[in-house]
Amino acid sequence: MPSSELIGTWVAAGLTLFCFSFLYKDNPFYKFAEHLYVGISAGYWVSMEYHNVFRPNLWDPLMRLDLNILFSFPRAGFAFMWQSLILIIPFAFGILFFTRFTKNFAWLSRWSMALIIGIFAGIAIIGYSTGDLILQIRANLLPLWTGNWLSSLNNILLTIGVLTSLIYFFFSKEHKGALGAGAKVGIWFLMISFGASFGYTVMSRMSLLIGRIYFIFGEWLGLIK
Amino acid sequence: MRREVPVIICFLAGALFIGNYFSPKLQPVAQVVNQWAIICIAFAYVLGVANIFRINYQVITRKGKDWIYKVVLIVGLILMIYLGIFRGVKEGTAFNWVFMNAIYPMQATMFALLAFYIASAAFRAFRIRSWEAALLGITAVLVMIGRVPLGEAVWKEFPPFTEWIMNVPQLAAKRAIMIGAALGAISTGLKVLIGLEKTYMGGE
Amino acid sequence: MRNFFEKLEKLDRRVIFIFVAIALILPLFFPLNIKFSVTPPVKSFYDTIESLPPGSKVLLSADYDPGSMPELWPMHLAALRQMCKRNIKIISTQLWATGSPLAERAFNLVAVGEYHKQYGIDFVNLGFKEGREVVMVSMGNSIPQTFPADYHGNKTEDLPIMKGVKNFSDLAMIVNISGGLPGTKEWVLQVVSRYHIKLVSGCTAVAAPEFYPYLQSGQLVGLLGGMKGAAEYEQMVGVTGLGKRGMDSQSVAHLVIFFFIIIGNIAYFSMKLMKKEK
Repeated sequence: MPSSELIGTWVAAGLTLFCFSFLYKDNPFYKFAEHLYVGISAGYWVSMEYHNVFRPNLWDPLMRLDLNILFSFPRAGFAFMWQSLILIIPFAFGILFFTRFTKNFAWLSRWSMALIIGIFAGIAIIGYSTGDLILQIRANLLPLWTGNWLSSLNNILLTIGVLTSLIYFFFSKEHKGALGAGAKVGIWFLMISFGASFGYTVMSRMSLLIGRIYFIFGEWLGLIK
Repeated sequence: MRREVPVIICFLAGALFIGNYFSPKLQPVAQVVNQWAIICIAFAYVLGVANIFRINYQVITRKGKDWIYKVVLIVGLILMIYLGIFRGVKEGTAFNWVFMNAIYPMQATMFALLAFYIASAAFRAFRIRSWEAALLGITAVLVMIGRVPLGEAVWKEFPPFTEWIMNVPQLAAKRAIMIGAALGAISTGLKVLIGLEKTYMGGE
Repeated sequence: MRNFFEKLEKLDRRVIFIFVAIALILPLFFPLNIKFSVTPPVKSFYDTIESLPPGSKVLLSADYDPGSMPELWPMHLAALRQMCKRNIKIISTQLWATGSPLAERAFNLVAVGEYHKQYGIDFVNLGFKEGREVVMVSMGNSIPQTFPADYHGNKTEDLPIMKGVKNFSDLAMIVNISGGLPGTKEWVLQVVSRYHIKLVSGCTAVAAPEFYPYLQSGQLVGLLGGMKGAAEYEQMVGVTGLGKRGMDSQSVAHLVIFFFIIIGNIAYFSMKLMKKEK
């Protein structure tokens, strides 16, 4: 009787080949793998949400509600119960999401959406302003002469690069004259940046393929030590 | 009720989190609302999955295009929910077995497929048609070769040179993009909070 | 001649596919063992962890999925090995649901299998929590409230490793293994600038260029970019994993793509020249 690990490796290898078959052209094997992937991934998410969020953060605290505590120790009991009781609010907000499936009450789902959007907007404003805007501008306030010609040149290039690239993104005025020249230099820096990103992307994609090849020839076929 | 309440909820939630940054006094309230958000977002994911179920179920009942594959999708979804919720998700469970031997290889292979397409894209896209295209292509090639051991074998100074590209010209443009994107995110966030941007509410 | 260059310019993508596959497969069978040195961002990643006193508590957030495992799994294992070797206590969380089984397997392989560390005392897996940046901000207020139970259902506050851990100020640093969003960028924006804690990141090569500004500004103190970063880090930790093993294939594949770019340009310029002559 083959072990579950061995069966698993063969199943994984089969599904890997199904996915690779797309390289030739779209075919039933790929379509099968694609749909199976979407289905089990969606199921995976629901199960993980259940065990990692619904149970520990919502259901278990709600189930701790015990009216006896409230009657026995009114003051402490109320504080204890409050922590659980208040969870009824997000539970209700969560349920409101599903009004989207109704015709007459679909608008109620906006309340839940608004809560999430509002929180993320607030977090984004703080995060981007303190993390990206202020600290990145501050990090670029560099001395243009450091005493060492190489680091001075680097600082000058960094300053010119940031300023000209920002000019390129400034669309409120036509890119003519000095502004046009600045924008042009900005494009050069942006092209270097995109080129570097592309180089890294190639690197990344090749690594992922190495992983799969290693699985096929190593773990499955046992041809690589 | 339909448009005003969401705007008020959105503003209050956002203002609370901005206020929390400036005043530690708001921390207890913010922490409570934080927990609400975690729960609500989890519900949003379940809503998404319910939608996947609904759409694919409709295709099956109408015997639409590729309906047989939708059956595979629905069966996979239900099976995984059953295994996960009723049989557990830890190591050694059937749920974990499916993750390791089905989700893992399929997801990894789908991402790995991109390696072939990016090679084909590099062949077609990096034609030196202009000075700007030359800058793009040459930098990509320098980084590609300089970041792998082969580059170092060819020229010992290749890795430091590549690091220089990453640390100076590349960084300058990325920083400008970051500053621009941050300004965009902040202004969009403010527009959402004060109710000027309401696309999240959908039509009507 | 014109016909040849025309064909070359419109080369079938499947020909390129075959060359790429051969370039990646052959070095796995016939390794070239090309030597490589360690770059400063990787050295800084290693040194930052190495500078922590034994017993320090570190948050290891494994925010990735199997899609980026060849790049991030070697980093994850090597980071665990370095921390276990130094007797650093590891608290792991995941902002990606798919990260939980991977974090669990990594602990079983390294912390339990190789270093015989004890769960709940030397390391803990707090599991996955939904909410992206919200979870980070919530952890800044209270980690036990955000994660009331660990991945195995134990009450977080009862675990010995969690004694005295309320929020980020009780941790020595954060190690983030990042496969995308939410990941390193969010940790920088929401946690580093707000709670002033040290952060090192191991990320996919796709994302790495975006994080260089954070390295220069000091918001990140170390960076492992992609499989090459993992290979360099493995070299520093003194292990051989997929990172180092994959480097020869990576080198040859990049060389093949380089040749294809050259061939593409030769075809392009030849066609241009011929059109001019006509």
